This record gives sequence, C-alpha cells and structure tokens, in this order.
Amino acid sequence: MTAATHRISDAGISSSTPPRTDITGSLGYAADDPRNFFRPAEQSEAELQAAGRRARRRHTIWVWVGRIGLAVVVLGGWQLFTAMGWVDKFFFGQPSAVWDSLVHLFTVGTAFGSIWENLWVTVQEALLGFAVGTLAGMIAGILLGSNRYLAEVCGPYIKIINAIPRIVLGSIFIVAFGLGMPAKVLLAAVLVFFAVFFNAFQGVREVDPNLISNVRVLGASPLQVARHVTIPSAMTWIIASLHTAFGFAIIGALVAEVLGAQRGIGLIISQAQGSFDPNTVFACMVIIAVFTLVAEYLISLLEKRVLRWRPPTRSEASSI
Amino acid sequence: MSDTRSPGAGRAPDVGGPAAGIEIVGLTKRFLTPKGDTFTAIRDVTLTVEPGQFCAIVGPTGCGKSTTLAQVSGLEKPSAGSVSVGGRIVDGITQGVSYMFQADSLFPWKTVLNNVMVGPVLTGMPKKEATVLALDWLRRVGLAGFEDRYPHQLSGGMRKRVAMAAALINRPRILLMDEPFGALDVQTKAIMQTELLQLWEELRPSVLFITHDLDEAVALADRVVIMTSSPGTVKNVFDIDLPRPRGDVQQIRHEGRFLELQGQIWESLREEVDRAYAQTAAVAA
Repeated sequence: MTAATHRISDAGISSSTPPRTDITGSLGYAADDPRNFFRPAEQSEAELQAAGRRARRRHTIWVWVGRIGLAVVVLGGWQLFTAMGWVDKFFFGQPSAVWDSLVHLFTVGTAFGSIWENLWVTVQEALLGFAVGTLAGMIAGILLGSNRYLAEVCGPYIKIINAIPRIVLGSIFIVAFGLGMPAKVLLAAVLVFFAVFFNAFQGVREVDPNLISNVRVLGASPLQVARHVTIPSAMTWIIASLHTAFGFAIIGALVAEVLGAQRGIGLIISQAQGSFDPNTVFACMVIIAVFTLVAEYLISLLEKRVLRWRPPTRSEASSI
Repeated sequence: MSDTRSPGAGRAPDVGGPAAGIEIVGLTKRFLTPKGDTFTAIRDVTLTVEPGQFCAIVGPTGCGKSTTLAQVSGLEKPSAGSVSVGGRIVDGITQGVSYMFQADSLFPWKTVLNNVMVGPVLTGMPKKEATVLALDWLRRVGLAGFEDRYPHQLSGGMRKRVAMAAALINRPRILLMDEPFGALDVQTKAIMQTELLQLWEELRPSVLFITHDLDEAVALADRVVIMTSSPGTVKNVFDIDLPRPRGDVQQIRHEGRFLELQGQIWESLREEVDRAYAQTAAVAA
C-alpha cells in the first residue's frame, strides 16, 4: 500500500505538509533529504480510506459510462443502418419497431391470449424442467461418482446419449406426449440433466479422500459419508453448473414450444417467424432475457448462501 | 464399506477406552496397478506397539508407511499377515481409532465447532452433549472463542489444533498420525509437537506416528521404527529412553542423550534414504 496509495492521494498533499519526522528519522535521513522523495508521505488512516473510496467511485462511474456507451453504439448502429436502408428492416427488424412490438404484446396481447398467460406457461415448463433435471442429475452424478462399478457400467451409455443431438428428442416427446406441457418439461429436464450430472460426477470424484477415510474411521455409514462429506463437497461443482443449466432449461422449453404447442413464448416466436415479423421474435427474446436475468440473480443468491464457507477469492479484493 | 465390519461390532456411543496395543505380524500389502501389474507396497512387516506407547515410523518416501496405517485402521485389508488391535484381529473398520493427516482434513464447509463435533455425532451422541464436549475440547487446545470461524479463516497452526481436538474428542484407543505436522513451518511445528505431547500424556492412547523427520520421531516417541525403501519392511527398532514427561520439544534437541540416539538412528536410516533416492533417480533417468 505504499507506492500506489501515494499516487492516488498526492493531489491532496501539498508542499505545506512536510513528511513527518518520525518515519524519516527512523530511517536515518534528515527530513529535507532529497531521498525522501522516493518514500510515500505518511497519511492518516481516514485520508487513505477516503482516497480509496474516491478511486472506487471513479472506477464504477467509468465502467457504467462504458457499458451505456456500448449499448448506445450497438442499438443506435442497428437503428441507423436500418433507418438509412443499408440493411433491410423487413428481414432484420429495428430497435424502435421491437419496442413497438413489445408495447403491443403487453397492451393488446397475442393471438393466443395475453402475453402474461403465455409467459407463465413457458416459465412453468422451464422451472419444472430445471427442477426435475437438476434433481435427477444430482442423484445420478453422486451415485455414479461414488460407485466405481456403476460408473464403469454406465459410462459408455452416458457418453452415447450425450453425443446425441438432444434437441431432436423434442420431436419424439411431442409425438409421444402431445402438445401439452409434459413434452416441454421433459426436453428441458433432459438438457438440464447432463449439465448437472457431469458436474456432480466430477465434484464427487474430487472429494478429498482423506476426509472420507477420516469419517469412515470414526464409524460413519455410507449414508453418513454422503451427508457429511460427499454431498457438501460436490455442492461447489453442482451450484456452478446451475447457471448454465438454467439457460438449458429455457432453451428446452422454448424449442419444444416452437416444435409444437398451444401456448407459450415459443409458439409466439414460431408464429411471428411464419408471418415475417422479426420484431416480435426480438421482443420475445427480450422478455425471456429479463426472466433469465432474474433467475440468474436468484441462483447467485443461493450460491452465496450455500457456499458462504468458501474463502473469498483474491480477485474480489482489487489492488489500488 | 461398513458391510465389511465384523458381526457383533456394534458401535456404542462411547468408543473410547483404555489404550489398545497393536500387533502387526507378517503384514504384506500388494496393489493392482492400472496396467494390471501387482505392486508390493509393504512386505512382511512385523511390529508391536504396547498399549499407551508412542511409536514413530520413519522411512524414505514411498516406503509404505501410510499403507501400514491404513491396515491398522481397517480401511484396507492386508494381502497377507495380520494386524490385531487390543488382541483382536482387525477385520473391517477398527473401533476407537482416530486419524490425523498431513493435509488439514477438516471440513471446509463446517465451522470449527462442527468440525470438532463430527466424531461424537457420528458415534450417536446427542447434539447438545456433543456441543458441550466440543466446546470443552476447543478450550483445551486454546481455541475458545473461535467456534464460529470456518477453517479457511484460521492459521495453519490453528487448523492443526482443530484437527487435534477433532481426533482426540472421541478418546481414541489408538491415534494414527500420518505426517501430521509435515506442512507446518519450523516454529509452529515445535509448538504443535509440545502440545501434542501434553494432550497425549493426559489421555495416553497408543500412537502410530509417521514422519520423515528423524528429530521429530526421537523427540516424541518411545519407540522408533525404521522402514526400508520400497517394498517397505521393518529394518530396525530403537527404544528411546528419554524421560517422560518430555516437556518442551525444542529443548530436548540439545540434550546429549537425544543427540546420541539421533546419531545412531540416522546411521540406519541414511542407507535407506540413499537407496530410495537412487531408485527414483533411476526411474526418472
């Protein structure tokens, strides 16, 4: 905290405040020795804190300026290009028209009922699929991760299933289960399952064997080993996978709806595609993105709660 | 897993008891390598630890010291020979054993208090009693007031103290220590050794203590066993007649008798260390 802090606050220290002699004296230089130039002047703790806060605020402001600037450039560029006719807005849409379409969706509604109704259907499918897929993935991952024989038997089959383009399963599910919700939930769950499964499996494999030996020597049953060691330890990996898994749940629900549905955002999208209306497709994208961001935020909260025992990473404390 | 436990070995809440002697006879352990070859980790190890004795095993890297401990704890089954604890052949997890490893082997997701409580909770003690007991043990290792911290918030020495409390809270008949202080700095190591000796004097479990550090072995143990380089077997056994209680480990190191014993044992160990080094060098070449 020496050289850097000096730099931050040198504006605050004028020549009228000479360096204190207790520092300089202890190092054997006279107070007016030119070598003192290379040494940071002593500052009070409060000054340092204030300087730190100022630096941080400045940083935050610049980050936001950058973010807003980037959005203006991208959206403004899109608007400009389509307005000038360099890009055909009939095919590529236009930000202002996307906005109009959003307003239309929320005020007038869609051909299949209000937008809220449709959004609710999609949200239900995604959440149910997410829950089922996560649970199944965790159980299967922990089971196969802690049982070597089971892992060796099932390993090749899991690889094969993982290699299948699983989106195609959507068609089969719709044929089998009809246009209702189960087919969508199932596709979302299948996509989520693999994301969670591989992480849970790996998480169990990474458990410190000493910890397991320790509790086994203390007389733990296999269930107790799982409860005290395996599951908490794999939790770090599992929670990390939930972020991507949630994205998969949304994709699964939407794709299944596009393939065939009676309600849902995916149906609105496929309808808009059929009537050459890119603006409504983009509007649906915006709606889903907002929903995903909210869910993402909730998952982050869960992550903080469950993993509060973890040491803070170095990057969280930035150097100044 | 637990199904290998011998019938009738029902686990009473109080697993502790008087120290148990360990008798290892002709113990051999072979492993199957992933290529399908067999690898002999230890061969024909015979070794006795009297009840309440502190026995240190010293040997070159990779000579099967840890493998020996695993057989005593019952985590692994011997390929040949036998281990008996307190006069009973080990078959399944040995009762009344605690382990301490070089890595902290604390649960990073449990608070200090919960880490120490694991032992009693696993043996079926009600949570309330376990908490009282754990708090008492934290006080004994000088960590009162740190109950709610997580392991990553403690220094290396403090984490070792937690591990020590967690290992001793069940009043084990046997304490197995696998280079427990290997990763500590020299000063902290000396402090921990002194504290371990104090706690051991109070409880007097039998101890099997693995170390690379000959000074540590001589300062702590009643008996020092030298193992040969791989495949490991017992080369020499030295009885250490330094008086008990030994007090400060730092000071013993300067006593004449300590230096004499240390010199003798080093003569025996050096050959093995040189041979083990030559083996690894040959593999690397």
